[in-house]
Amino acid sequence: MANLTTNFIGIKSPNPFWLASAPPTDKEVNVRRAFEAGWGGVVWKTLGAEGPPVVNVNGPRYGAIYGADRRLLGLNNIELITDRPLEVNLREIKSVKRDYKDRAMIISLMVPCDEDSWRDILGHLEDTEADGVELNFGCPHGMAERGMGGAVGQVPEYIEMVTRWCKKHTRMPVIVKLTPNITDIRKPAEAAKRGGADAVSLINTINSITSVNLDSFAPEPTIDGKGTHGGYCGPAVKPIALNMVAEIARSRETHGLPISGIGGITTWRDAAEFMALGAGNVQVCTAAMTYGFKIVQEMISGLSEYMDEKGMTNTSELVGRAVPNVTDWQFLNLNYVTKAHISQDDCIKCGRCYAACEDTSHQAIAMSPDRTFTVKDDECVACNLCVNVCPVENCITMIELPKGAVDERTGRPVTGYANWTSHPNNPTATAAE
Amino acid sequence: MSNSPLTPGVVAARLPAGAYADNFSDVQPVFDRHEARVAADRCYFCHDAPCMTACPTSIDIPLFIRQIATGTPDAAAKTIFAQNILGGMCARVCPTEQLCEEVCVREVAEGKPVEIGRLQRFATDTLMGKGVHPFTRAAATGKKVAVVGAGPAGLACAHRLALKGHEVTVFERRAKPGGLNEYGIATYKTPENFAAREVEWLLKIGGITVKTGVELGRDVTLDQLQAEYDAVFLGVGLAGVNALRASGEDLAGVRNAVDFIAELRQSDKPAVAVGRDVVVIGGGMTAVDAAVQSKLLGANSVTMVYRRGKDKMSASEYEQDHATQSGVRIIYGAAPVKVLGTSAVEGVEFAYTHDGPNGLEMGETFTLKADQVFKAIGQTLTAAPIAKDGAKLVKQQGKIWAGGDCAAGGEDLTVTAVAEGRDAAEAIHASLMA
Repeated sequence: MANLTTNFIGIKSPNPFWLASAPPTDKEVNVRRAFEAGWGGVVWKTLGAEGPPVVNVNGPRYGAIYGADRRLLGLNNIELITDRPLEVNLREIKSVKRDYKDRAMIISLMVPCDEDSWRDILGHLEDTEADGVELNFGCPHGMAERGMGGAVGQVPEYIEMVTRWCKKHTRMPVIVKLTPNITDIRKPAEAAKRGGADAVSLINTINSITSVNLDSFAPEPTIDGKGTHGGYCGPAVKPIALNMVAEIARSRETHGLPISGIGGITTWRDAAEFMALGAGNVQVCTAAMTYGFKIVQEMISGLSEYMDEKGMTNTSELVGRAVPNVTDWQFLNLNYVTKAHISQDDCIKCGRCYAACEDTSHQAIAMSPDRTFTVKDDECVACNLCVNVCPVENCITMIELPKGAVDERTGRPVTGYANWTSHPNNPTATAAE
Repeated sequence: MSNSPLTPGVVAARLPAGAYADNFSDVQPVFDRHEARVAADRCYFCHDAPCMTACPTSIDIPLFIRQIATGTPDAAAKTIFAQNILGGMCARVCPTEQLCEEVCVREVAEGKPVEIGRLQRFATDTLMGKGVHPFTRAAATGKKVAVVGAGPAGLACAHRLALKGHEVTVFERRAKPGGLNEYGIATYKTPENFAAREVEWLLKIGGITVKTGVELGRDVTLDQLQAEYDAVFLGVGLAGVNALRASGEDLAGVRNAVDFIAELRQSDKPAVAVGRDVVVIGGGMTAVDAAVQSKLLGANSVTMVYRRGKDKMSASEYEQDHATQSGVRIIYGAAPVKVLGTSAVEGVEFAYTHDGPNGLEMGETFTLKADQVFKAIGQTLTAAPIAKDGAKLVKQQGKIWAGGDCAAGGEDLTVTAVAEGRDAAEAIHASLMA
């Protein structure tokens, strides 16, 4: 069986699956249960400065988006950082870490934006034997109104400044958690790197309103008739997170900066995808909040089986494997031609491919009176929509035309690689030399 | 308790008093909201959906299921009723396993269709439960139409005509409207007086007068109706019952299954007499309804005998399974030779059948003990007030239209009758307004 042991910026864990800083990691009782279930590490829910703890709302904190059969696809929250006293959290962190020395214990932090506050909180952690800290520059709700969390994460200069303070005042590795509520994720990552961060973790939650109650006309979750934007997470955000991870992994300025991948990871496959795009490990929250801690067992067995199949013995062989294949649109091969193909053996004749193609795409699927659906190669632009809407996996596939074959749509034979940069329609094309 | 399943002869009260309510309760209860949402989520919203094509009334099934899935069951009900005003009854009695659900792409893919019938019932029950009638009549046209027969075809025709603004009078020979919905369907498929409640709800459209106890040919003639009304619709059903053409058919204890089913629907169940050893001859839904209900009344043994093979049986696989699971034994490939007995039936002699060059041939014989025999080998048209196409009425002749079981073409299903009644109404409307 593949070795899932992971060394992330010097922090060892028996597997790359950590629980993200969130309600599941708020208390000793939860974290012990998580470690018993098999999680490789936790990022303890964000601690604030010493003194009276923050308070949370006493009405609903979460809102949700559902798919078929009420599968939770997206979750939004308006919970703040831990609302328990600092000393209680510190005592519990120390207690758990003492009993689970092989697991990663990271402490998430969020204090006001001055050096004293950060020096003080870091001082308090010395005694816990935690393995590292994560700077919460991400939470988009509540704390951001007080100049913390997302308010810091949206200003690269602040990220760099605070990171530098933290590196100065602690010997522990520093992970900077990034907010996705920004136009270019590379800028805060670069700032973290300049400040000396050992790693970045992303994404934090996305600013959102999940739904509106059409009786009370208030956003949900609703607190006494009012609602506010919250942080969105869960399977729905995974594509956004994957792109941001990939942008950092492939950027010249940040390439090689360790990344802890976060955002909608629900299965081993999601985790493997983040790792292939450059994440050294992953953090999970919503999947655990939806199904409980036991899901890590599927993640462990699934990743092991996959790595065995691929002949990988260590997670480091997977990390970053897909990064070289993430490119800009302009470099995509315009001479790569595929055509959709419908397997008549697998087709259940629902006709969704036909409706999608006929109504909204390229009118490239024919329907016979006996409901046989076939692709018109002379119309098919290979957009993939039929594949995406078909309820049967692998019933519709994209078949690549070999070099020399004639594309019936264009009447031209398939030739070798050529991209937009040298395309005759591109006014700024450079002739291929 | 004086009687038991073992009491010889045709007697009532074979079961403890409390057993009847359970036995004759809803065979498939309505979905609750959660069940409906889960079931609705399985629909793929197919293009030009096969289920919709398979429905004789062409209900837009993907649309109504999507309306359920999005939390608007009343809108779903309106989608159903727009095509089939008896969508509530059809949701209960349609052989969906031979219609919409048989062709559901998920039946093809997984052997588990979307439960269209039950979803339809959820939607229609939801709206009807509110006592809401979703349609309003068009302005009065001043035209008068007579509808003969208050069964599914007649009611569907009357509703659609009233909707268009015509003044409709429905003549029904029986004491209650509803036709086979009221008299011809197993109790457990439509308990709690649903057929009568549905008629009451349907009539809320207004503009329909129902006259019961009036029989065509006896109390009123077709000529009178033609003289008095602008158009006539005949939905008289099939009042005759086919004979066995086997000796001993007239012995006491031999009965038409349709009469037994009607009695059951109109009586307290413990008061209905049933044999100790019941034999039902036939292979359709009527045979299954009679056989299963005999068992539910406490008959000790019930055997259904059908002259052809399982694949030829008109009762669906689902109905056959329901029968056997209820304790009914089904013998395929045997035809009655004679009914045995002196004053009352004591048994039936059957012969095994096989296909020969001249059709079905009889072979080896066997005898089943019986103190009650139900005949369920089909119904026929008793009167022929207008021209016939084969054994049934032509669909239109002059200002007379016909639809439902009495009319040529189509299957003898409630849903088919509804479609024919509705379509005749549209044709009558077009003709009256031309």
